[in-house]
Amino acid sequence: MNIITVNDVSKTFRRRGGRKLLRDYLRDQFRGRNEGEVFYALKHVSFTIATQESVSIIGANGAGKSTLLSLIVGLAKPDEGSVEVNGRIAALLELGSGFHPELTGTENVFLNAALLGFNEKQTREMLGAIVEFAELSESMDQPLRTYSTGMLMRLAFSVAVHVEPAILIVDEVLAVGDLAFQEKCVRRIQTLRQEGRTLISVTHAPGVMLTCDRTIWLHHGEVIMDGPSSEVVPAYVSYMAAPQTGVPLPAVKPVFNTDTMRPRAEARAKRAMV
Amino acid sequence: MWNGDYRFLLRNLVAKDFKVRYRNMSLGVLWSLLNPLVMLAVYLFVFAKIFKTTAIPHFALYILSGVILFNFFNLAWIVGTCSVVDNANLIKRVPVPREIVPFASVLSNCLHLAIQLALLLVAVIMSGLGVNIYWFYLPIIWALGILFIFGISLITAGLHVYLRDTRYVVESFCLIVFWFTPIFYLLSFVPEQYRALYIWNPIAALIIATRSVLLDGQAPAMDVMVKFTLVSVGALALGMFLFRQMKSRFYDYL
Repeated sequence: MNIITVNDVSKTFRRRGGRKLLRDYLRDQFRGRNEGEVFYALKHVSFTIATQESVSIIGANGAGKSTLLSLIVGLAKPDEGSVEVNGRIAALLELGSGFHPELTGTENVFLNAALLGFNEKQTREMLGAIVEFAELSESMDQPLRTYSTGMLMRLAFSVAVHVEPAILIVDEVLAVGDLAFQEKCVRRIQTLRQEGRTLISVTHAPGVMLTCDRTIWLHHGEVIMDGPSSEVVPAYVSYMAAPQTGVPLPAVKPVFNTDTMRPRAEARAKRAMV
Repeated sequence: MWNGDYRFLLRNLVAKDFKVRYRNMSLGVLWSLLNPLVMLAVYLFVFAKIFKTTAIPHFALYILSGVILFNFFNLAWIVGTCSVVDNANLIKRVPVPREIVPFASVLSNCLHLAIQLALLLVAVIMSGLGVNIYWFYLPIIWALGILFIFGISLITAGLHVYLRDTRYVVESFCLIVFWFTPIFYLLSFVPEQYRALYIWNPIAALIIATRSVLLDGQAPAMDVMVKFTLVSVGALALGMFLFRQMKSRFYDYL
């Protein structure tokens, strides 16, 4: 079953970022419409993701990864095409966003859980596990501004992996913490996957890409490659290592058959673990 | 789509606004009481000693009720206007119903209002005016005021995302409303030919109706209540409609 269907999706943005002051509107009025240069954040992107699949989305900065996630989560609407999602996506889990520095750790967990759609009872049940996982039991009553970056990241990741949506979307969350904590995070994600959750991960770390069965490579808003991680990641790494020396972008988009692919990739992913 | 616990989220958002405001104040909630009292002292001095207007009965309570309600309008509208932009990190992260953000910000200001209104009611009772049957009107009057402010906050909060000058327009507009609201003068000072028009101002209506009940021991005038209700419900309906139009592109503009 397809849990996510992205069908010929395009999304444009204006260079100016949309926001304006009154003088910008006035200038546009007097000088004729000048909305700023339009560029495609995503251009005719199509793919499907099956239940229980794990997909990493890769690409250089500005390739459209975050835009794609925002469309899947339902935060923004595509200009063309359609995005269909069956099942609960809690949120776009970017580290630390949604946290408020003046609130204590516990208060932030409550606010975050509420935003992610949990009720009070569920939050209270989760709280212990979140604190324990983050190893922050002594700091939970302190305001977040007193936390070190590492503590902040541990709390953010702990919240992210304890909310239990059908589709877990993680945006660069694995690049945090010391090695021991990273390992713990990867183990936790493995557990979530074994419980049958679909995983979408955006990352720049090749190690993380390889833990996913499948990788989608975006380049200037277009899907360059979509296939098993073992094929896409090496191509991406060699392209990124020397983008100017003319290593050509792969022209062929391998068709990815999820039914035959998944078990094998899962085994490989486990071996490729950190 | 977001299908979480709406009330739990609302409570957490309101608590966030409230805690963030008070945590770093050593006097905490006392500031909520101190502010209108300081303003009251200033008004009393200026109008009783400088302008020598003492024609208004219960002058201190008259001013206190006006100051408290106007300040609530002023603060709640400005904070409501900025609420969506200030909470961009939430808006861009979770597909919660966007209306909840300005709603929570207006509600958190209602907590301050509640504290100040409690002060006002205590002052009214202590001055010997006592409780009367028309106090039953008060929750309706204040609820209409809150609905009105929520309605206009929806409009300006949405606009503020697209046009970042909106909050300054709102601030200027509050100053205009201040002078067209009977905070330190009587409605009867307003020339009669303008009076029917004047009470279309819902903030004036809010204050006039509150005073009728608290200070005059009367039911609020019917024409004031009718216009107040029409404007408040109209503002809410317009706000909901316009906000729905505007919210679909918030992500692109935040």
